Amino acid sequence: MNAISGHLSYWVTIFLMVAGLYILIARTNLLKKLVGLAILQSSVYLLYIAPGKLIGGTAPIIADGFTVYSNPLPHVLILTAIVVGVATLALGLALVVRIREAYGSIEEDEILEQED
Amino acid sequence: MPDHLPALQVVLPLVVAPLIVLLRHRGFAWLATTAVSYTCLVISILLAARVASGGAISYAMGSWPPPWGIEYRIDALSAFVLVLVSLTASFVAPYAHRSLAAEVRPERHYVVYAMYCLCLAGLLGITITGDAFNLFVFLEISSLSMYVLIALGTRRKALVAAYQYMLMGTVGATFYVIGVGLLYLMTGTLNLVDMAERLRTVDELRPVLAALAFITVGIGLKLALFPLHQWLPNAYAYAPSMVTAFLAATATKVSVYVLLRFYFGVFDPSVLFGQLHTREVFIALSVAAMITASLVALYEQDVKRLFAWSSVAQIGYITLGIGLANQAGLTGSIVHLLNHGVTKGAIFVLLGGLALRGAGAPVTMAGLAGLGRRMPLTAFGLVIAGLSLVGVPGTAGFISKWYLLTGALERGQWWVAAVIVATSLIAAAYVWRVVEAAYLRQAPAGAPAPGEAPPGMLAAALGLVILCVYFGIETSFSLGGARDAALLLLGGGR
Repeated sequence: MNAISGHLSYWVTIFLMVAGLYILIARTNLLKKLVGLAILQSSVYLLYIAPGKLIGGTAPIIADGFTVYSNPLPHVLILTAIVVGVATLALGLALVVRIREAYGSIEEDEILEQED
Repeated sequence: MPDHLPALQVVLPLVVAPLIVLLRHRGFAWLATTAVSYTCLVISILLAARVASGGAISYAMGSWPPPWGIEYRIDALSAFVLVLVSLTASFVAPYAHRSLAAEVRPERHYVVYAMYCLCLAGLLGITITGDAFNLFVFLEISSLSMYVLIALGTRRKALVAAYQYMLMGTVGATFYVIGVGLLYLMTGTLNLVDMAERLRTVDELRPVLAALAFITVGIGLKLALFPLHQWLPNAYAYAPSMVTAFLAATATKVSVYVLLRFYFGVFDPSVLFGQLHTREVFIALSVAAMITASLVALYEQDVKRLFAWSSVAQIGYITLGIGLANQAGLTGSIVHLLNHGVTKGAIFVLLGGLALRGAGAPVTMAGLAGLGRRMPLTAFGLVIAGLSLVGVPGTAGFISKWYLLTGALERGQWWVAAVIVATSLIAAAYVWRVVEAAYLRQAPAGAPAPGEAPPGMLAAALGLVILCVYFGIETSFSLGGARDAALLLLGGGR
């Protein structure tokens, strides 16, 4: 039981990771692939943030009566990773718009059928 | 001032990029990009000289001492790769002006230059930083700008190529960051040197092995390790010429640097190559890349794609040296980063000149016919760079292949040595196709009139071609640097 409930955040992380990768590979719609990519990236956010939180822990500010602190570094790192993720997604969506303009489709197989 | 050179190396191109976007002036953008590229080259040479004389440099970003702050760390290996990146940049930047005029709409030129500066900042940042997460951020800065650069290609296939590269590249970066996350969970540090020390005391090996797997696959995607190379041929073929030249000479090489850094600087090489099957895996994948990609190149009609496939094969040589993991093999691998970078840079820069003369149409084998008459210098440059690709003595390619051969024989891997020789012969065959078309076939009736590419472009191309020969004869910098770096990785040097 402990293997499941004690590591719940890891199981969720792994589920998101695999689900994201599956969508990325299995879908042919360019937009849906980006959705998969976004899910894959959110699994990373969870992977970093969840272990940084201690139950009952507070922000690492020295004050009377508080002895348990959460690690703030993962939050900062993931803030950066979220920005990177947003930029990637924005670029991906922009590319899909341009592909739609150039090919008239966002289905991968239909695009690959068309010659130059 | 000299103390802050490591920061300037990255900050300069990073600051110039938004300036270019703000001013939106074509001429200024070009001048600024060229100036930045040359300044970066000077800085990287100064840094390399200081590393050579005084050992590794540690620079505390914002004066926060490592391992708490972000450390910029330059040792023999990173100094070598810094010189490679900025050297390529300083050849490609001046060349970009005329090449872009033919291939990209004028109002978009400033975007190209801004993205180029960002990409340069990212690549230099990856090389110089000593912090695993900082490395991820720079990896994404360089990759995102590279996707934009590829998407700016003339044909619509460039968009699809950029999209596919973006998907695979982002999966690669995400895998890398998952691996780093696992390592951070186990060690509580992101500083690579500190992480290496703490990993030695970690008892629970399973998360570390998972991290190793994620980082290997993630960086393998970025460096186009066979069979993760599918993005490469299209990305190289459809990007604007200057982008292809820059991408081919730097992006995959910097990713190889990251892999080397983790394999020999963070993980324990004695475990990697002693207990795990890293050696067998790398040698098998490299040999597969060398054989299959060379064979595909043999039958390719589009010249840019031909040399893109040849790049996949050449990356196989580089990763082969990692698999051999001995002094000669690693030296060959590292020196091939530079030698192949210069060679492929020269080839794609020359092909850019060809595309310009052919008014932007893709360069095909048929289009090369009679090139020896029409553009004698370009054709001659292609032959010399092609010889370097094959590894003929007197060219840069020979030096790296010689060391790889020695490394394979020292390991007692006779069949690997045989494969190196056999794939060099296949390379000779596909280079011969180019030579045959250029010199032995008559130009078709509708071919462009005789005449070389504009002098500025030709100068950059011939400069790189001269380097192909120079690094084949005078090897004190290339081979000396690679030898120091290999010694450092194997735990004997600075």
